Amino acid sequence: MIPFTYQRTADLQSAIAALAADPEAACIAGGTELLNWMKDGIAAPHRLIDINALPLAHIEADSRGLRLGALARMSDVAAHPGVRRAYPAIAEALELSASPQLRNMASMGGNLMQRTRCPYFRAETELSCNKRRPGTGCAARAGENRGHAIFGWSDACVATHPSDVAVALAALEATVHVLGPRGERAIPVVDFYRLPDERPEQDTVLAHDELITAIDVPASPLTGRSHYLKVRERSSYEFALVSAAVALAMDGKHIQQARIALGGVAPRPWRLTAAEGALIGAPLERDALRRAVESAFGAARPLVHNGFKVELARRTVVRALEHAGGRP
Amino acid sequence: MTPSLTNEVTGDAASAAPPALAPVTLRINGAVHQLTIDPRATLLDTLRERLGLTGAKKGCDRGECGACTVHVNGRRINACMTLAVMQEGQEITTIEGLALGEAVHAVQAAFIEHDAFQCGYCTPGQIMSAVACIREGHAGSVAEIREWMSGNLCRCSAYPNIVAAVHAAAQRL
Repeated sequence: MIPFTYQRTADLQSAIAALAADPEAACIAGGTELLNWMKDGIAAPHRLIDINALPLAHIEADSRGLRLGALARMSDVAAHPGVRRAYPAIAEALELSASPQLRNMASMGGNLMQRTRCPYFRAETELSCNKRRPGTGCAARAGENRGHAIFGWSDACVATHPSDVAVALAALEATVHVLGPRGERAIPVVDFYRLPDERPEQDTVLAHDELITAIDVPASPLTGRSHYLKVRERSSYEFALVSAAVALAMDGKHIQQARIALGGVAPRPWRLTAAEGALIGAPLERDALRRAVESAFGAARPLVHNGFKVELARRTVVRALEHAGGRP
Repeated sequence: MTPSLTNEVTGDAASAAPPALAPVTLRINGAVHQLTIDPRATLLDTLRERLGLTGAKKGCDRGECGACTVHVNGRRINACMTLAVMQEGQEITTIEGLALGEAVHAVQAAFIEHDAFQCGYCTPGQIMSAVACIREGHAGSVAEIREWMSGNLCRCSAYPNIVAAVHAAAQRL
């Protein structure tokens, strides 16, 4: 780890000014991602701005929706009674993430800023990875790509985004609020992430001098009947192979409205809008759900080793819909 | 006007010069330590290398194994995943601060009783994690304990005994 300047600030404008003044600066909150990048040489900021004292740790749930400060910790959001009651997919996604220790540390903003778990990206001895070092190629494209994307990838990068809660937030149509020297922006969580195209090194649309301040989830009739289902190779403390966040509005036994986002399959939470449309009016029965979901996978482009993800994702969505629809 | 930044510690990042040291006050197991440290030092390395508190163990140094688990303001965290300078003024408890005098903590007693270790390397982290797990109310059943203790790996795979120890301690506390 190269030496760096460490500073703390309790003032949001100062934090942004410090970022804007130094292209080699980085903000640190929980530290559970950034410190690993620094230990592994993936990031080497010359200046660390400790933002933990900024007043951004609020968790507010009321009739307008849910507002999460960027510094709210994953464990606190997951344990919040208002979140558990009215936004169960968010609480579930958080509690299926990482470990209790990491959830006590990691912030919501930092969670969104996670980078891929692609082993080529994270390799201790550097391998070809355009995301890590632009222009070096993508070792995963023709390498071991069992855990990689089936949607949204490019020849430059086939990585997936690892966040669980981002998938739940995408299904619940959350907005990421960012602040920078040019003012505030509100960005739908799906659009917060870039597809890799020719610039996989740029994961998000966040500019260097911008900071996530909050995440807003609008109140809707769907949030209460939401569910996050995570499929992984260990029963705990593992990233998703495939996951699905769904939210439903029901009219008796029929679906009135549906929202679906997939995790583990794309460089960002992947909304299945085609399936959402096809589910309107569908009964909560496996065959009908399966037929409605089927269509949305026409665009899937599996790699050499991850063809199984297409069928796994279909079944994950169907199971998640069954569970959510069965909620009182 | 923007208020000025506080507590800036400047090092010359561009050169190979030794890093600028940073002052930090750490409150550990009830004692106050005023240190001058390399800002790159993790809390774990500071505990072990500077303060001789070698109970918290360095397994992966990547937040994956839980051997370094300590409490900050009563919450369990991975000491390898935070810088010591970030813990200024926080109340830190390590395994060394758990026992009350000569009397072992109920979780420590349960680990002995249930032989919840083989090599013992993960044990301090397991015990610190278990104390917090019970306090959080996440030790109500074997299944719940397995899930909420999953951030602590045991390469000897003493899990059945660890779970039994946590379960027994949870009944007593």
